[in-house]
Amino acid sequence: MAEEEVKLFGTWASPFSRRIEVALKLKGVQYEYIEENLTNKSPALLNYNPVHKQIPVLVHNGKPVAESFVIMEYVDETWKHNPILPTDPYEKAMARFWAKYIDDKLWPAAKKVVMTKGEEQKGVIDEIQQQMKNLEGELKEKKFFGGESLGFLDIAANIIIWLVVAQEALGMDPILNEEKLPVLHGWLQRLLDDAVFKECVPPKQRHLDFSKVKFGSSIASK
Amino acid sequence: MASTGSVADQEGQVMLLGFWFSPFVKRVEWALKFKGIEYDYVEEDLTNKSTLLLNSNPIHKKVPVLIHNGNPIAESLVIIEYIDETWKKNPILPQDPYDRAMARFWANFIEQKVTESTREALVSQGEQQEKKVKELKEAMEVVEGEAKAKLNDKTLFFGGGNGVGYVDFVLGWTCNWMETIEEVGGFKVLDPANQPHFHKWMANFREVSFVKATLAPKEKLVEYFRIVRQARLGLLLPYIRESSAKARSRNPESKQHHPESKNYHACVVVC
Repeated sequence: MAEEEVKLFGTWASPFSRRIEVALKLKGVQYEYIEENLTNKSPALLNYNPVHKQIPVLVHNGKPVAESFVIMEYVDETWKHNPILPTDPYEKAMARFWAKYIDDKLWPAAKKVVMTKGEEQKGVIDEIQQQMKNLEGELKEKKFFGGESLGFLDIAANIIIWLVVAQEALGMDPILNEEKLPVLHGWLQRLLDDAVFKECVPPKQRHLDFSKVKFGSSIASK
Repeated sequence: MASTGSVADQEGQVMLLGFWFSPFVKRVEWALKFKGIEYDYVEEDLTNKSTLLLNSNPIHKKVPVLIHNGNPIAESLVIIEYIDETWKKNPILPQDPYDRAMARFWANFIEQKVTESTREALVSQGEQQEKKVKELKEAMEVVEGEAKAKLNDKTLFFGGGNGVGYVDFVLGWTCNWMETIEEVGGFKVLDPANQPHFHKWMANFREVSFVKATLAPKEKLVEYFRIVRQARLGLLLPYIRESSAKARSRNPESKQHHPESKNYHACVVVC
């Protein structure tokens, strides 16, 4: 087997770099992980991602790839065993469509809901509930979005965990509750139980404390 | 159009739901024409969306939607990748995984930093618009840098030696829509002196046969973008009333619903 050098630049609290960790681990790819300090970015990171200066960045044999979905597709096309994306073009299109939906709609709403209060917050909660119902429509009866095993869309949907933890940290009523969203709630439990996936989420207490600090002060100051 | 080899790849009906004004629809049309795929085009009335559109894209209720063998796909970049994977002739994305990653990276950059910023600059004014225009100018510097690095007399397009490719399709709207949006929005980012490589690329892209054949006339685009901008800035109602009043004074007997208000709804809905 040829010498492979794989590096991943990320941060422990970022759902985006955690996505790449899941992808690499599902494929059994050995990699070196570099924890970045986003207040003091390394020259290496700035060199590998001069356009955005952001994590995650995957560097494969010296060649950098940035943007989490771009990296995931690259990983899937480079290491072909244990496919992450479906092989059928239509199912692949659906996975990409919903992954985009998650990043374009759900993630901004999730960030907003922990930064707002009162009527404005209520509006965002309703929005997120609807978005999650839409995702349930895509999941249907399946164990995971990827079918029997987790795939591209399950990995993309990891940001839901960040929302759940942030809401818990702030003592909010969870939007993703078993009563209102049983299908998605069930999926989340299965995701967190998955042997590979559960290695790729921040340690719970540390994540709670981090969220309290990050979002607690912004609410208090309003 | 005569039957081509692509029909052998994948039998079945291809339908595209679109709107003449939309650069996102145009991209998909370019991809279909580039591959020589036969398709039925359905012009949507965005003030009165068809049941087919609402059923095919219930989440966003927007065009473009590609319907292949009865299966709908939305989002222009998702559609283009689907087209590329389903009809193998004339590849749009490169074959090598790293080159594909670069193409997708640049497509994302263009969407987030050029397309989105242009849209926001069009529908804003004052300080908000200045901020967006500044962001857009910075993004255009990066685009010019890429054009300078990748293009030359032998390589006219971002698709590489083989001609047009994914990045060209994604950036392509700039060759026709950007100038019009600048005029309507009252700002300037196009700068031939400082963006010579980008301007050369735009000129070459405009000349590609299927692009040239599908560009909307400038006057029509200007009129439409003007309405979009005014609708979003909340300036349209006075404009409609004024236009309606003028129309009525020319023809007091007419009870016809003023067409501009139809456009207003379309623009509010589109944008």
